[in-house]
Amino acid sequence: MSAGRTSPALLAAPSGVVYLVALVVPLASVLVLSLQGFEFSRGILPRYDLANYADLFTDPLFEEALARTFRIALVTTVICLAIGVPEAWIIRRMSPRWRGLMLLLVVGPLLVSVVVRTFGWMVLLGTNGLINGALVALGVPDAPFRMMFTEFAVVLGLVHVMVPLVVLAVWASLGRLDPSLSLAAESLGAGRLTIFRRVILPNIMPGVLGGALMVFCLSASAFATPAMLGGRRLKVVSSMAYNEFLNTLNWPLGAAIATLLLAAILAATLLWTRFVERRALRRLGGA
Amino acid sequence: MNRRDRNGALALVFHLFFAAFILAPLVVVVLVSFTDKGYLAMPFDGASFRWWAAIADNPQFVESLWVSLGLGLTSATLSAAIAVPAALAIARHRFRGRDVLAAMLVSPLMIPHVVLGVALLRFFSGFGLAGSFPGLVAAHLVVITPYMLRLVSAGLMGLDPRVERAAESLGADRLTVFRRITLPLILPGLAGGWILAFITSFDELTVSLFLASPSYTPIPVRLFTHIDQMTDPLVASVSAALIAGTTVLLLVLDRFYPIDRLLTGESRA
Repeated sequence: MSAGRTSPALLAAPSGVVYLVALVVPLASVLVLSLQGFEFSRGILPRYDLANYADLFTDPLFEEALARTFRIALVTTVICLAIGVPEAWIIRRMSPRWRGLMLLLVVGPLLVSVVVRTFGWMVLLGTNGLINGALVALGVPDAPFRMMFTEFAVVLGLVHVMVPLVVLAVWASLGRLDPSLSLAAESLGAGRLTIFRRVILPNIMPGVLGGALMVFCLSASAFATPAMLGGRRLKVVSSMAYNEFLNTLNWPLGAAIATLLLAAILAATLLWTRFVERRALRRLGGA
Repeated sequence: MNRRDRNGALALVFHLFFAAFILAPLVVVVLVSFTDKGYLAMPFDGASFRWWAAIADNPQFVESLWVSLGLGLTSATLSAAIAVPAALAIARHRFRGRDVLAAMLVSPLMIPHVVLGVALLRFFSGFGLAGSFPGLVAAHLVVITPYMLRLVSAGLMGLDPRVERAAESLGADRLTVFRRITLPLILPGLAGGWILAFITSFDELTVSLFLASPSYTPIPVRLFTHIDQMTDPLVASVSAALIAGTTVLLLVLDRFYPIDRLLTGESRA
């Protein structure tokens, strides 16, 4: 580097300090807090052990919430891939005039607050909501159905929040794709399905796998959508942590739940990038 | 365009359902906001602006709107101020800890917001910062800076460093090079990053939920706690107002910064 240029330490300092104060130290303090005890009469106790974690792993309510969290995240991810990947491909193949507009329509809602979008589903799914109203009017037997406060509602809401992210991830990979590739495959006699499977899919695989990981992690850690569409009884891990911090006020236990959630997300990310992504990319011989 | 490249009828039907699924909850919210009833209903048998007028009569929502605007402006601007030097350090220099810095700066994307909220509430409450405006700004900075960094870095990657060196060799000092060469060239990325950061801050719920106080309640938190107690058409009209605001912003934005580039952080192909 030429002399007279600003030192990297000076450039990195402002962001480094902000992240230290508002990310690294607070996360470390949660880890410490999760080791401490709590009593309602005395507050946070000055002892350090793994009692909170031991309590959580023997608590059937926590186990249920943990299983529910990952079940919901998994189902949401699978549905998002199943509908998001074809949608990105379909929009890509539209004429340039429609392409921009449709992409805007499909991914634009990402910029609207999750609270607003989830409220829309509350209006649609309620017992007196629009969907049930339509079903009753059509004379569907057994209508109205109870849809609010079910895992179905939570998955539906999460798919709505997350699927634009899959479309975007795949869209970005499609943009890097050389259009002459599929023309070449076609001139060699490949059919539409063969082209998609043998030419397109291997090339967009990084986008698909990256999108899958992002959707899984965001769904597993989602708070607003499960809280609003799942109600108070359908607890997920993040709403349990919220509850301990702001309602029960057992902060050490809440900190232990938060730590476990973070650890689970990091483990999932590590496993995915180490094993699934690497193996899939090697097998496909792609990027 | 050749025939195989076009969508078949089945693909277009799929797309129609997909678009309807994406738009349904938003359209419904806008429709319900025009009801003249006292409960959530469609406006087809009686429409009015009473719930839009009710926003103005509800000082709490108006106040929260100002809090969110102030929070978005402050944190997006501060985020630009810390992200530009960081992006320069990462793109233009090789130094020890560079990879650690880069990983740390984008790590909030992977951290559940509940965990961030818990951590910041715990840490800030020791300094009286929980429930304060600076506390909220610090929290939002960490949440939005990864987006800012991605767009600024994409802008820097499209910039040939030889242009900067040429200016230097002609005798320009560091500040002049930055002000006259680097900054104007990364301005589109910076502007896109600022807008995305502002919107992300404006929409943020979970972290704010832990750090909000009666005097500083951002609009998503206000809506969430209101819905928790009751769902009246006022929620719909406030939500519809937010949808309208976002739509206008989006249409303006799309004119000079295509949304796919904004959201994926890809530089111009």
